[in-house]
Amino acid sequence: MKATRPAWEEKPTIGGQALKGTSIVVIALLILFPLYTIALTSLSSGETVNRVGGLVIWPGDGVTFSAYEQMFRNPVVLRSLVVSLAVTAVGTVISVVVSILGAYSLSRPGSFGHKSILFSVLLMFVIFPGLIPVYLWVSAIGLRDNYLAIILPMAVSAFNVVVLRAFFMSIPQELFDSARIDGAGEFRVLWQIVTPLSKAVIAVVTLFYAVGYWNNWFNAFLYLDDTSKWPLALVLRTYVVESAPLPQASGLQDAPPTLAVKMAIVMVAIIPALIIYPFVQKHFKKGVIIGAVKG
Amino acid sequence: MTAVSTKASPVEQAGDAPRRTVKPKAHWRERLRRDWPLLLMAAPMMILVWGFWWIPSLGNVIAFQDYKPFTGGIFGSRLVGFTHFQMLFADAEFTRAMVNTLSITAFQLVFYFPVPIALALLMHSLVSERLRSMLQSVVYLPYFFSWVLVVAIFQQMLGGAGLLSQVLRANGFEAVDWMTDPDTFILLVTSQAIWKEAGFGAIIFLAALAAIDPNQYEAAAVDGAGRWRRLWHITLPGIRPVIVLLLILRLGDALNVGFEQFFLQRSAVGSQASEVFDTFVYYSGIRTGDFDYGAAAGLFKGVVGLVLILAANRFAHLLGEQGVYSK
Repeated sequence: MKATRPAWEEKPTIGGQALKGTSIVVIALLILFPLYTIALTSLSSGETVNRVGGLVIWPGDGVTFSAYEQMFRNPVVLRSLVVSLAVTAVGTVISVVVSILGAYSLSRPGSFGHKSILFSVLLMFVIFPGLIPVYLWVSAIGLRDNYLAIILPMAVSAFNVVVLRAFFMSIPQELFDSARIDGAGEFRVLWQIVTPLSKAVIAVVTLFYAVGYWNNWFNAFLYLDDTSKWPLALVLRTYVVESAPLPQASGLQDAPPTLAVKMAIVMVAIIPALIIYPFVQKHFKKGVIIGAVKG
Repeated sequence: MTAVSTKASPVEQAGDAPRRTVKPKAHWRERLRRDWPLLLMAAPMMILVWGFWWIPSLGNVIAFQDYKPFTGGIFGSRLVGFTHFQMLFADAEFTRAMVNTLSITAFQLVFYFPVPIALALLMHSLVSERLRSMLQSVVYLPYFFSWVLVVAIFQQMLGGAGLLSQVLRANGFEAVDWMTDPDTFILLVTSQAIWKEAGFGAIIFLAALAAIDPNQYEAAAVDGAGRWRRLWHITLPGIRPVIVLLLILRLGDALNVGFEQFFLQRSAVGSQASEVFDTFVYYSGIRTGDFDYGAAAGLFKGVVGLVLILAANRFAHLLGEQGVYSK
């Protein structure tokens, strides 16, 4: 699908072309170069990193997975990776299921209690409970040191619910009517008609939720005193951003990790996004979110 | 990105189509019998929304209490009226957090806000579908990285032990450390925000650009309008509603500059430059244990923020724009 320039449009000037080309290259490099050098450093041996005196820019010293081996031998990192994967998986399933059900219910104006339910969701865009009341509440209901504390407070995003609802409401009414005439109940309509038609928007919402759980460290920082329950994002913050050894329950402290290991942790934190992203990003270009944003 | 809409069902919306005769509203008991599956579907969402949003919101009363977490609790603590708020306005650190927040908002309005628009114009102008698609994939990507990652990446690039210093030192120059310099902090956080979010922010402008009728361009070109005149007279007016909408949203959100980005870098640059509203709430409330004082700061921010959003929206309506929600 090669697009061509319309007949009426003048040919671009050489200067303009050059400027555009340069900006594209610069923008792409600004984003990709840091990722490249971090990836390369994580794949370099300790000697290479020492000789270069920091991040490795030039390949040619060979690739080794020793930093990754070292990282996975560290029980703290390994455990936090498992925690992150589990929390992300469980949290995303809860969030997506709850949001689809809720959004479907909200896509039916005139039903019992519709207005008040919609209102209590839409108001979340402008009124926030605030950090401290939520902190005290989550602690008070006994979720400290419980994995639920890093799932439930962020399980429903009003934005995602509104995105789903807007899409559900754009489905032609006739489909619902005919299904109902055929005797299908609400759950059946949702499962057999609405969800298959909404795969793209559900994929996008799933990505948003999954990324939210994977990246979240602050709830864990607030509510999980036991460092053995920490997710990868919080380990990343401690090891890489703070450059501090992880506090151990036993009181023992391990040495701060080397640069290559740090970069390996960064890579592990990035990789899931890099894997899932290509499958979902095409929907952004098709404007799945825009429909909802325009309301 | 808020998108509040109370749009009615497609049936009620259809203008010319014969309006479906509205059934006389059934008795609530009958509607309940008909709609209970919908209520059942909404129930898990409502439990979470009330359980982790609206019920904790009530906890803001402690802003008006001499809150004793252990001996009094929320029901047994003494009310002290607006004492905490009076203390806040006399607190130099609170003033500094407010000044920092507003300066960062103002700075980013000038230096961040136009970037997604420019990016969208650049991407929209690319004739090659392949190239555009590749560029889009690249610029959207950092949006999905956490602030921890972004700060870590910037540290590795611009920090004292980072790549830039490494290169400078190898060439006999003095190393720089932008990660710990309070004077350039506002530049640093703005570049981080651009790196992470400007690409994704271009999506909405790209959609607006794609919605402009291409015939307009053709007609203008036939009439002899060059590319700059077409940009000025067709493209920019075409995306003006979106620009105004986002500008208003940003103004309504002036007190929100983000929390994590500042919290993560606070120890490196010091609170002088990096204290913003949200970090103030955390440090004054949770870190020091003055929950009532921190809650007062948070409540102040929430109320002023709400007023700002409503005012910005009213302003949008006055300008004849749609605003965030319809009237």
